[in-house]
Amino acid sequence: MITKRIIPCLDVKNGRVVKGVNFERLGDVASPVELAQYYSSCGADELVFYDITASAEGRALFTDILTETARKVFIPLTVGGGINTVDDFDRVLKCGADKVSVNSGAIRNPDLIYQAAKLYGDQCVVISADVKRQEGEFRVYAKGGREDTGMEAISWIKRCVDNGAGEVVLNSIDTDGVKQGFDLEMLEAVSNVVNVPVIASGGAGKIEDFLTLFRTLPKVDAGLAASIFHFGEVKISDLKAEMARAGINTRV
Amino acid sequence: MIAIIDYGVGNLFSLQSSFAAIGSEAVVSSDPKLIASADRLILPGVGAFEDAAQKLRSSGMADVIKREVAAGKPLMGICLGMQLLFDKSYEYGEHDGLGLIGGNVRPIAEVIDKDLKIPHIGWNRLIVKKPSPLFKYLNDGDCVYFVHSYYATDCSDSVTAVAEYSAELTASVEKGNVFGCQFHPEKSGDVGLKILKAFCEL
Repeated sequence: MITKRIIPCLDVKNGRVVKGVNFERLGDVASPVELAQYYSSCGADELVFYDITASAEGRALFTDILTETARKVFIPLTVGGGINTVDDFDRVLKCGADKVSVNSGAIRNPDLIYQAAKLYGDQCVVISADVKRQEGEFRVYAKGGREDTGMEAISWIKRCVDNGAGEVVLNSIDTDGVKQGFDLEMLEAVSNVVNVPVIASGGAGKIEDFLTLFRTLPKVDAGLAASIFHFGEVKISDLKAEMARAGINTRV
Repeated sequence: MIAIIDYGVGNLFSLQSSFAAIGSEAVVSSDPKLIASADRLILPGVGAFEDAAQKLRSSGMADVIKREVAAGKPLMGICLGMQLLFDKSYEYGEHDGLGLIGGNVRPIAEVIDKDLKIPHIGWNRLIVKKPSPLFKYLNDGDCVYFVHSYYATDCSDSVTAVAEYSAELTASVEKGNVFGCQFHPEKSGDVGLKILKAFCEL
């Protein structure tokens, strides 16, 4: 059977990896290409590169980094950040990305997922949703978690999948950076309504959090994290060995 | 030199880079002369079967491939490129493939449990059914990366490995000098590179 995936996420700004705590207080970590190679050698099953630059120069630098990474790293590469049109899909796919994740772009243009899925296939299109509890429901947030869209998240994610998104990254703003475990309640709500892979994001602080995730929610396919990997709090090789020991189907 | 056959489908950047990583020269080409001068051939492919089969024929690459294979040159089809090696595919209709390996390509939905996700996407273990020179550097339990919704069937004589997804899905095939991988060696980390290395040493 398919193994559970462990995915480090690299937020890239001006050619460097950064990680926010609750999306703020960005700090510099390392060279994205070197970090990607390191993670691949540790057993990461996939990498997510997230472009958080706004400028045109930053964007060009990002695609250079992407190309360099695809030249040296031979595991699946998902790219997100600043994906607003099918031309953006084309731009990053040409640099060696395997999947493209859309977030604000799909909120602004609900047709984007359908158009991209038709051109590149469902398996290529990932909906990345930043979700937060608000007024008794799960709400979709835009612009890196800064703006409440007012849209109910579970039905919105389901609609994205119906339109052709082949995978869901669910990032809980409520647990992001808190390091007390993944948002199991939110993940279960999403897993129950979609039949595509669901990737848990936001809240992992230690190895046990991943074990709890996969034991509690067998429908969740992958766990994603950033700073705990970047700062060595959790080593991917240790994590995967622990998963295998716990009887979770893992690529070791 | 390895020729990666370019017939207008898919992104060949990762594939070419993976050969560079193992120290083999690979050229992306649709030039029959260059393909004829290559030591071995790679038939890549992503997307829909009908469109790809059509492009293979209209570009003249189908005939070039058949001629080179008949002359004994090793050929490896990857993902959709593997599916194209077979007689027929039943992806949205019925379409002829290259017929280099006997068998058909059918939806995985016909054989897997209803509650499993489609496509079969992610890392899965290779279960070796028959020894193959491509597996010479592999270890038991090695995983490779799959992305597909269709699988090769009616080809048990040629199957060298399968992946378990409630049913056994054909993962690799071999018939004489023709090889095929349903998975993506260029996205399967060190294990994938070892398979490509073994192909380069045939």
